[in-house]
Amino acid sequence: MLPEIGQFSLILSLFFAISLALVPLLGYWKNNQLLLATARPLTFIMSTLVLMSFIVLSLSFLMDDFSVLYVSQTSNSQLPIYYKFSALWGGHEGSLLLWVLVLCGWSSAVALKIRNLPEDIGPVVLAILGMVCSGFLSFLIFTSSPFIRLLPDSPIDGGDLNPLLQDFGLIVHPPVLYMGYVGFSVAFAFAVAALITGNLNAAWARWARPWTTASWAFLTLGITLGSWWAYYELGWGGWWFWDPVENASFMPWLAGTALLHSLAVTEKRGVFKSWTVLLAIFTFSLSLLGAFLVRSGVLTSVHSFAADSTRGIFILVLLLIFVGGSLLLYAIRAVQVRSSVSFGVTGREAWLLLNNILLTVLTLTVLLGTLYPLLFDALGLGKISVGAPYFNSVFTPIALLLIVFMGVGPLSKWHNTKLNVFLLPCIISMVVSVLISGSLVYAYDLGLLAWLSLSIAFWVVCLSFSDWFSKVSVGTKGIIPRARQLPRNYYGMLLAHLGIVVSLVGVVLVSINSQESMVRLSPGEQTSVAGYEFRFDRLEQVQGPNYVSDKAQFTAYKNGQVVALLYPEKRLFNARQQVMTEAALDAGFTRDLYISLGEKLDGDSWGVRVYVKSFVRWIWLGGLLMMVGGLLATLDKRYQRRAGV
Amino acid sequence: MHPVRKKRLFVIMIIAIILSTAIGLVMYALQQNINLFYSPSQIALGEAPRNASIRAGGMVVKDSVKRHSENLSVSFDVTDFQHKVTINYRGILPDLFREGQGVVAQGKLNDEGVFEASQVLAKHDEKYMPPEVTEALKNANGIVKKRP
Repeated sequence: MLPEIGQFSLILSLFFAISLALVPLLGYWKNNQLLLATARPLTFIMSTLVLMSFIVLSLSFLMDDFSVLYVSQTSNSQLPIYYKFSALWGGHEGSLLLWVLVLCGWSSAVALKIRNLPEDIGPVVLAILGMVCSGFLSFLIFTSSPFIRLLPDSPIDGGDLNPLLQDFGLIVHPPVLYMGYVGFSVAFAFAVAALITGNLNAAWARWARPWTTASWAFLTLGITLGSWWAYYELGWGGWWFWDPVENASFMPWLAGTALLHSLAVTEKRGVFKSWTVLLAIFTFSLSLLGAFLVRSGVLTSVHSFAADSTRGIFILVLLLIFVGGSLLLYAIRAVQVRSSVSFGVTGREAWLLLNNILLTVLTLTVLLGTLYPLLFDALGLGKISVGAPYFNSVFTPIALLLIVFMGVGPLSKWHNTKLNVFLLPCIISMVVSVLISGSLVYAYDLGLLAWLSLSIAFWVVCLSFSDWFSKVSVGTKGIIPRARQLPRNYYGMLLAHLGIVVSLVGVVLVSINSQESMVRLSPGEQTSVAGYEFRFDRLEQVQGPNYVSDKAQFTAYKNGQVVALLYPEKRLFNARQQVMTEAALDAGFTRDLYISLGEKLDGDSWGVRVYVKSFVRWIWLGGLLMMVGGLLATLDKRYQRRAGV
Repeated sequence: MHPVRKKRLFVIMIIAIILSTAIGLVMYALQQNINLFYSPSQIALGEAPRNASIRAGGMVVKDSVKRHSENLSVSFDVTDFQHKVTINYRGILPDLFREGQGVVAQGKLNDEGVFEASQVLAKHDEKYMPPEVTEALKNANGIVKKRP
């Protein structure tokens, strides 16, 4: 009975979503206040219904209702309870339901805050969100309903969740990632509403900004979590693979980062208006494209859901409708939102323009690398893959250039900046950063590339500090009261920029200074990597809740001292008879020790991966800093005030 | 020139410089890093280039996996049920590597026609079949059907 309720409330919510998409727009067109006022209640009803079907599906999972096809595919009675719950988004259907739920969550949040907006814009924004919801709800209901039943022959037990997904990472990574991904549909809704109403001014940008920043912060955290998860779970210590699906989340992030910055210009100076709108559309389209790449199975990827061409076609049509429709609207209406304010080549506008150009170019290069195999195949030229070296060699120089400018840009003033504002800080920072990083590189023998990248890192840190110092050292008050007066927005920016630098240091050092070895070891033998001795002490069989495990003990020594005990495992999961590697880590601020068991070879020897990863934690620490920066900027006091006051 | 136009020209020039640099980089990197996929039949018929980075794949032949007794070297055959190719690899194979499973490897074909793999790609779901392998099997079957 329960699954039918879930299905029913899903269908009902589609009905309300369609009404939400149509009625307020009709009200806007007819200038009818009553119709406009339906937007909020419709949003709440739609969201509640989706929430209800989500709860029903999670109950089906928790109660092991294997008569539901989706539950029987992705869950198992032996699964620990927290994985039973998170198994809900372990497959295509459930993760799509989570997607729709998050979308409804964002829509409701917009509906709650809507009173701050000029009267007719709010309902139009909600109507656009209603359209997006209708699209995804119909995708869910017509191609991938999670409530299909297996009656009367329901299986006794389920097929189990893929062992790779039986991890803490699955509990947190998809929801947070979706919060970011889907959040950009709010920015999209704002952009389209601005095009429809022709009402694109500073107030509009001030309104759209916190939503965009918040989604960006979530997306940052989601990507960071995904990278961290892949690092410890896939068993070979990689933290980024340039996998099509990773790119699918990274492209909206890049475009979203550009959007954040161009929104700042639009809010403060009223320029870049049409570009900002275009970027918002672009960012959302990339989110949709990501959904298409992940769920259609057109590309080979670690995230592959089982391929199904009807789903691919459905989401492609959805993509075309949204992108085509919004671009058409843009073509018709963008002329009306053109701005005519001018700015100088040294003004902050110019720096942010440079930021936008570089970020857009980065997005396009990633897009090209991701779609190139598809194009190649479609033209009948054969099956290819574009390797990580492509992305590394194209992405790295442009990104480094962007980070160099990221240091200078914040020093600038709106409209025009006198050159001597830059001159002294830049010279000092350059000297300091080249010297510090040079001595570090010399001391640890790291090479030229490290020197360049570390210099850039210190350069940004020095310039950020000098900018902060120049802001707090003016006036008669002391430094601390002045520092407190600076807006959260500013500190958010500093933190996020610092986060980029911290990640940069991590990325550079982990790729230059790590040592990896694959060896054949039997218990009692040892190997040495990067000054650490690793001894294979023993191996034992351990019984887990739903698996049997070969658990090894390794002792890591440095200079004869015990540093850590490591317990890598090879697990055999009962339900699918699938083998999984569980790597063992000793995490540290400057290095990670990483051991994972490969295959059992003849006798009692094993293939073993032993890595010493330099500064790998910094990559994710930087991601966390960026996220905190984003949230801080979202909570800036300016956005709390009512618009128009 | 009018100052506004001058400024526009400046902006456009910067964009043009950045874009052309990026396009140059992309072209160069794409030339170096595209890996074409070849099926065992294509390799056996001599269609695949020697000593160039390519990908190959198919089903792992039963009882073909041979491991070195001292180090991590391993060799195995992959097939599309028409032809076989031997793949040499040194390192740890992914968890889901098994005889009878579809795999894709990246590496180079040496002068003896043996594929020296630098990477054997991991798949994370036992039901999942690399699309290249599916297509290679389909094509190989097509050849059989056309021949009778």
